[in-house]
Amino acid sequence: MNLYSYIFRRLLYIIPVLLGVCLVIFVLFNLVAPDPAYTLLGKHATLKQIADLHHELGTDKPYLFQYLDTVKTAFTFNFGYSWTSKQNIWEMIKAGAGPSLAITGPLFVLSNIFAISLALLVAFYRGKLIDKVVLILSIAGMSIPSLAVVLFGQWFFAFKLGLFEISGYENGFPNFIPYVILPILLYVVISFGGDTRFYRTVILDEAYQDYVRTARSKGLSELRVMFKHVLKNSMIPILTQIIIQIPGLILGLLFAESFFSIPGLGAMTINAINNSDFPVIKAMTIMSAVGFIVFNVITDVLYTVVDPRMKLK
Amino acid sequence: MSADIKQSKSLLQNAFIRIINEKISLIALIIVAIYFLVAILTAANILASDWGKEVGASYMAPSSVSYFGTDIFGRSVLQKTIKATETAVVIGVVVSAISIVIGTTLGMIAGYFGGFVDEIVVWFYTTFSSIPGVMLLVAIAFILGKGTTTVFLSLGLTSWVGLCRIVRAEVMKHKEREYIHAANAIGATHGRKLWKHILPNISHLLIINFTQTFDSAIKAEVVLSFLGLGVVGRPSWGTMIDDSKLELARGVWWQLAAATLAMFLIVLAFNILGDALRDALDPKLKGK
Repeated sequence: MNLYSYIFRRLLYIIPVLLGVCLVIFVLFNLVAPDPAYTLLGKHATLKQIADLHHELGTDKPYLFQYLDTVKTAFTFNFGYSWTSKQNIWEMIKAGAGPSLAITGPLFVLSNIFAISLALLVAFYRGKLIDKVVLILSIAGMSIPSLAVVLFGQWFFAFKLGLFEISGYENGFPNFIPYVILPILLYVVISFGGDTRFYRTVILDEAYQDYVRTARSKGLSELRVMFKHVLKNSMIPILTQIIIQIPGLILGLLFAESFFSIPGLGAMTINAINNSDFPVIKAMTIMSAVGFIVFNVITDVLYTVVDPRMKLK
Repeated sequence: MSADIKQSKSLLQNAFIRIINEKISLIALIIVAIYFLVAILTAANILASDWGKEVGASYMAPSSVSYFGTDIFGRSVLQKTIKATETAVVIGVVVSAISIVIGTTLGMIAGYFGGFVDEIVVWFYTTFSSIPGVMLLVAIAFILGKGTTTVFLSLGLTSWVGLCRIVRAEVMKHKEREYIHAANAIGATHGRKLWKHILPNISHLLIINFTQTFDSAIKAEVVLSFLGLGVVGRPSWGTMIDDSKLELARGVWWQLAAATLAMFLIVLAFNILGDALRDALDPKLKGK
C-alpha cells in the first residue's frame, strides 16, 4: 500500500470514531443525565413550561434525531447557549482560549525541554548516582497529589513570601506575564516526574540496541553515539508524546485556573460543573475529543512519514 | 540422589521472592500491607471509630492532644486521615476491579475471536480513549451526581482501555500457541480455553495493571473531590486536601500536610511495587 492511500484510510477512520464519541456523549448527556427541566425550571414548573423547554432544547425529538444533533455539533461547533450566562458557548470558548494558552503554551515548551534534557542527561549517565537520584525524584514527584502542589505553592510562594501575584489576570501580551509565572512553575514541578521517567525509558530503550553497540565498537565517542544515533532514533516516540499533548493545551488547567482566577477554559469547565451547566460541559467534551482525534491522526501519519520501517497496515 | 527433585516455583512465587529480596521493594510492600491493615481495622471499627467526635477547639494546632491538630469542627485530623485510608483503599480496590473486569473481558474476547468482534471492540476503546480522560471523568461524574457510587463508576469506566489493549495483543499471540492447539484437539470449548488456559497465562498483566489503576484512582479521587463530586459522609484524602484551600490563608496547614503525606506514601509505595512486579513478572517490559 502506498503512503497516500494509507493516509486516506487513516483519515476515513476518523468518521466511525467521531460517531462513536458522539454516541458516548449522547448516551451520557441525553439518556443517563437527569431531565434538564428540573435543573432549569425548578420544582414548581407547570407541564406547559416543561414541554416548551423540551421543545426548545430539542429533547422532545426521537432519540435518533437527538443523536444526529449531537453529531452535527461535532462538525459545526455550534454548541448553543450556556444555561447560566446565556452566552454563546463558542464565543465563550474563544474568549477563554487566550488565557488558557497563556499558561499551557509556555508550560508545554518549558516542561518538555526540561524533561527531555534531564532524560538525556541521566540516560548518558545511566546506572550512575545521578540517574538513580533523578529516578527517585521523578517517582516521588509522580506520587504527590497535584492539587496539594498547587495549594501549597500558591500559599507559600505568593501569599507567604509575596514573590508572585496571588491571583488575577490581565489580557494582552506583556500584561499577563506576572500572573502566569507561578502556575507555570508549579505545573512544571507537577509534570516533571512522569515526563522525565517516560523520556528516560524511551531513550534507554534505544540505548541497548545492536546498532548502538556497533556505533560504539567503531570507536565513536559516547557523546556522538548519544546524540547522533540514540537521540535520532528515540525522536519518534518523543515526538509522538509531544504532539499528543497539543490538543490538551486548549483545555487549560483545571486546578490552577480556578485558584489563580485565570479566566481560561479550565476555569470555565469548573464553573459549568458547579452550576450544572450541561451544554458547556458537553461542548468542552466534544471539542476536546475532536481535537484529540485529529491530532492522533496527525501523529500516526507523521509516524509513517518519518520512520520508513513502519509497516503500513 | 533420588528424592532430591525440588518442586519448581511458580511465576508468582518467584516474583514474591524477588520482591522481598530487594530492600526498596520490600519496604514498599510493607508500607502497602500496613495501609491495607489500617483500612481493614478501620472498616471493622477497631481503629478511628470515633473520628467524628470533637476532641478540641476548631482549628487547634498540632499538639500532644492531637498530633495533627483539629479541623473546623474540632475533629482530630489524625483520626480523619486514618479513617480516610479505608476510603482510599476501598476506592482503589473497587475501581481496579471494575477496570480489570471490563478491560480483561473485552480484551480477551477481541483478541481471541478476532475479525468482526475485534473490530467492534477496537472501535469501542478507540472511541473511549478519544475523549480526554479528565473530560470523560468529569462528564460521567457530573451526570451521575455526587456520591461514592459515582466515584467508583466514573473512575472505573475511564481506566480500562490500557489493560484492554495489552490483553488483546497478548491473547492474539497466545491463541496460536501449541497449548491452545492441544486444548482444541481434545475438544475444549472457547470458554474453557479462554478461562482455564489463556487467562492464567496473562494474569501477570492484571496484577501489574492493578498497581497502576490503584494509584491513579487514589489520585483522581482528589480531582473529583475538588469538583465537589467526591465521596460524602466519610473523610477522604481528597476532601481533606480540598478543604484546605480555604484554611491555608488562615495558617491552617496540618490538614493538607496530613492528607498529602498519607497519600504520598501509599502512591509512592505502589509505584515502586508496581515497577518491581513488572520487572519480576514480565521481563520483556523491564525498565519501562
